[in-house]
Amino acid sequence: MINSARWACLVLLMVVGSGAWADEVPGGTPGVATPAAAAAAAPTEPYLTSVDKISAGDTAWMLTSTALVLMMSIPGLALFYGGMVRKKNVLATLMQTFAIVCVVTLLWWLIGYSWAFTPGSAFIGGSSRALFNGVAVMHDPVNKVSVSHLATTIPETVYAMFQLTFAAITPALIAGAFADRMKFSAMLVFMVVWSLAVYAPIAHMVWEPTGWLNAAGVLDYAGGTVVHINAGIAGLASCLALGKRLGYPREAMPPHNLTLTLIGASLLWVGWFGFNAGSAGAADGRAGMAMAVTQIATAAAALAWMFAEWISKGKPSVLGIASGAVAGLVAITPASGFVGPTPAVVIGLAAGVICFIAATSLKHALGYDDSLDAFGVHCIGGIIGALLTGVFVSKEISGADGSVLIQLKGVAVTLIYGFVASFVILKIIDVTIGLRVSEEQEREGLDISLHGESIE
Amino acid sequence: MKLVTAIIKPFKLDDVRKAVSDVGVQGVTVTEVRGFGRQRGHTEIYRGAEYAVEFVPKTKIEIAVDNALVDQVIEAVMKSAQTGKVGDGKIFVFDLVQVVRIRTGERDASAI
Repeated sequence: MINSARWACLVLLMVVGSGAWADEVPGGTPGVATPAAAAAAAPTEPYLTSVDKISAGDTAWMLTSTALVLMMSIPGLALFYGGMVRKKNVLATLMQTFAIVCVVTLLWWLIGYSWAFTPGSAFIGGSSRALFNGVAVMHDPVNKVSVSHLATTIPETVYAMFQLTFAAITPALIAGAFADRMKFSAMLVFMVVWSLAVYAPIAHMVWEPTGWLNAAGVLDYAGGTVVHINAGIAGLASCLALGKRLGYPREAMPPHNLTLTLIGASLLWVGWFGFNAGSAGAADGRAGMAMAVTQIATAAAALAWMFAEWISKGKPSVLGIASGAVAGLVAITPASGFVGPTPAVVIGLAAGVICFIAATSLKHALGYDDSLDAFGVHCIGGIIGALLTGVFVSKEISGADGSVLIQLKGVAVTLIYGFVASFVILKIIDVTIGLRVSEEQEREGLDISLHGESIE
Repeated sequence: MKLVTAIIKPFKLDDVRKAVSDVGVQGVTVTEVRGFGRQRGHTEIYRGAEYAVEFVPKTKIEIAVDNALVDQVIEAVMKSAQTGKVGDGKIFVFDLVQVVRIRTGERDASAI
């Protein structure tokens, strides 16, 4: 009975989603501009172009970047989180990331890509690309391929898949906040609704030219706001909605295998070259600069966290240096195509020290149980990066102007919308199918109680 | 017959095995255990959360020996497991009532 209710809920969500776009499709077939119009002005929507307009170099790099960013989720983030939980929850934690990647992939094809990356209202994109409708490759003799107006030298398939990997890792990041206590079914439902109701609109607002934050001049090169603040604040909402783990903070809950965590952090770091340098959408000079500042900021943040911990707690820990590296990667994300190497050091140092304080002192002072510090690292690191992007943006590198005030607007909108929407979705799930496993299941461990498996 | 049970530092296991073999012991049983004594535990810190680890990992060795060999075995374990620092462990000696070799059904001294 409970099972069928769960599935009914999932199916209902699908239908609601499909109903929403079905309304808009008959209104016309936006998305395919005439070639003449595309040539005349900068394109404002996806269009068909001749295959010889595609750059082999850009496409090769973006195919590579897409694979790198997918590697960040599976296995990178899965291992990073999996090593930090207790032994009885490791498979459940790995499973969350893996399942989220699968679910978001289908949602992206269904409507997510269209809502995020096609022109529409100030808040959400259109539905012309639902079911990847119009994402085309046409063989000889037509020799045409569709491209996104946001990356005109690579096939739209590649752009859509690259952006999919971002849409997939973002909800997976949230899972760090509610580790060890959420029902798998509730998590799936939450991720379905969150991806469509929070990720797609925020991505559209910040990245698509018709989005109002994009039009307002908010700078977010690779997702400091869209990915990290967004995931981090949803993490805070979920650990508040779910409550603390049983026994927290009285019982010892040390990570069961930091080797997995360090391997995961390392995979995240390597994959992040695809995340940041890939966000150039091309194999160009800005991609190179994005890669350089990513490496520099990450090293600075890892050392900053390590030394802060060494000084205040007595020892430089493996978990500390790995956490610092992730904080640095997060903070340089929005800045990566906009700043030069020296500001990258400043951003890294700030992220390392401030995220250290957030994850160690702030969390304990305020008493919420953000199990694996999704909020403390991703939201705080994302805010540092977003604001410092406004401080350090280089017109020479990016051609863009920025200001801290405009950046603050992007941060505030994401924090408020993200928190409220996430909290409401979670509360609705709580009163319908329930968010949290039973006390007995939580004590026994999610591996056995939810998945019927264990690692030994 | 006696059962000599020794709690030792895990890294001393190989030294102890060699030492008791040298005095004629034919077999030992080894278990990974945790416990506390005068050594106490230690503190671990993960992202600012401090956990007191009160039980220290140790290795337990059980050796069944004939009365004639007991003192030599105790001496061998003591010498080979000693570092002189707190936490070297303890040796407990119990009376052993009966020993049976499952394969042949032999009893007591000939079964050890």
